[in-house]
Amino acid sequence: MMNKRMWKPAGLAMAAVAATAAVTLAVSPANAQRDPAYEAARTAGQIGEQPDGYLGFVSTPTPAVRDIVNDINIKRKAAYTSGAPQGSTVEQFAFVTGCNLIAKTKPGEKYKAPDGTWRTRDAGAPVRDSRCP
Amino acid sequence: MKISTKAARRRAIGGRCLAAMTGAAALAGCVQIETPDKPIEINLNINIRQEIVYRLDGDAKKLIEENSGIF
Repeated sequence: MMNKRMWKPAGLAMAAVAATAAVTLAVSPANAQRDPAYEAARTAGQIGEQPDGYLGFVSTPTPAVRDIVNDINIKRKAAYTSGAPQGSTVEQFAFVTGCNLIAKTKPGEKYKAPDGTWRTRDAGAPVRDSRCP
Repeated sequence: MKISTKAARRRAIGGRCLAAMTGAAALAGCVQIETPDKPIEINLNINIRQEIVYRLDGDAKKLIEENSGIF
């Protein structure tokens, strides 16, 4: 009897925990899809890929866009730091990833050329650092 | 006559010295791989860099794939 009475609140609590965990799992992991606001800022050309492996602002960002980019760059830094293979630096790993990220930009998206200018990706190959693979 | 002999000897010694110096210089030139040190060093750096770049390329692609939300 006591058990049955205890079960309900406990069960509810468990369900709440499970739901929270599910939401956290669905939202937080870096391997999920891109945030729609991030995707929109990319497509709009407000932000772009830099040769150093991080996102940069093409134009003065709105506070919301600035927050998104700062958050992603912090997560990228963490990923580069934990993912850099033995014998390479975080900067080197970030650089090579940046080479790939610029190569992966879609036509219309922005990227920073080695001379520091922002370019719009077109159908052709992007202008990248000569050391890129 | 004596003076001229002395001068000749001096010249001869000078010549020998010059030859020795030239020889030394030539020898130094042979050993001195330091002279083209700069371009060699730059090439070496590029090679090392490329090696690192190519080694990291696969890891970079994997990182992007596994963390598509932040790339």
